[in-house]
Amino acid sequence: MKARVHVMLKDGVLDPQGEAVRHALGSLGFDGVGSVRQGKVIEMDLADGTTEETVRDMCEKLLANTVIESYSVDLG
Amino acid sequence: MKAAILVFPGSNCDRDLRVAFEAAGASVTMVWHKEDALPDGTDIVGIPGGFSYGDYLRCGAIAANSPITRSLRTHVERGGYALGICNGFQILTETRILPGALLRNANLKYICRTVPLTVRTSDSDFTRAWNAGTELQIPIAHHDGNYRADADLIEQLEAEDRIAFTYNDNPNGSAGDIAGVLSGNRRVLGMMPHPERAADEALGGTDGRAMFQGLTNALVSA
Repeated sequence: MKARVHVMLKDGVLDPQGEAVRHALGSLGFDGVGSVRQGKVIEMDLADGTTEETVRDMCEKLLANTVIESYSVDLG
Repeated sequence: MKAAILVFPGSNCDRDLRVAFEAAGASVTMVWHKEDALPDGTDIVGIPGGFSYGDYLRCGAIAANSPITRSLRTHVERGGYALGICNGFQILTETRILPGALLRNANLKYICRTVPLTVRTSDSDFTRAWNAGTELQIPIAHHDGNYRADADLIEQLEAEDRIAFTYNDNPNGSAGDIAGVLSGNRRVLGMMPHPERAADEALGGTDGRAMFQGLTNALVSA
């Protein structure tokens, strides 16, 4: 089975990389880009039967720094 | 004073830190990250700058889960001293030994230059040599030194006098201009600037030397 984890900076944490991307989009002529947030996607092949709880534990212990980041888990 | 300096794949300030500790009279052991115990009698653990594990995932995140880092945690929980510089500070926040987090610099640039700092407290064995308000010239060299702390944490750090250093001319966007923070028991210091690179007259300044001398004086009989 596969799991996909999305890690994003929490709302309220300034994302300088997202800001730089937003500026670059504007300079390419794309109007109306209000804000850009950049995160990461982590895909894992896991043993069948691995629970969402286990994947969340991985996020808490390593994949995300919950001081500044939030995460979501998709199993499938 | 016995210092143990942790060495991770990608550490690159470990030998500079050793030289700075030894010049102050410390006996130093280098400890590879796969070891699971610190040398007996370790007074202070130095966590050096560099790019442990290539900064993969997040700066310091993989090192924070190394075998030796578990021993570091035990050492700190027992009241042992630790000094984390640059990547070492990132590792200390990733382990949650120190609060907050270090984000990409606000201007997205890697910044390598000597910057003015202000000592905010002399109430620690790291900063005893200076009076609060003393200005120091210390090099920085980092891409992810933007200290992130919410308003409550900043208030707490200020109330507990745990901000060790601030930047005079905030180079990286750090909240509260914070360049270095102390643990609650004042025995763990994390800072982005490199005092070990300002500890020898031949190498561009000596403003950082008093930190190592002060630690050696404080821990000599430990």
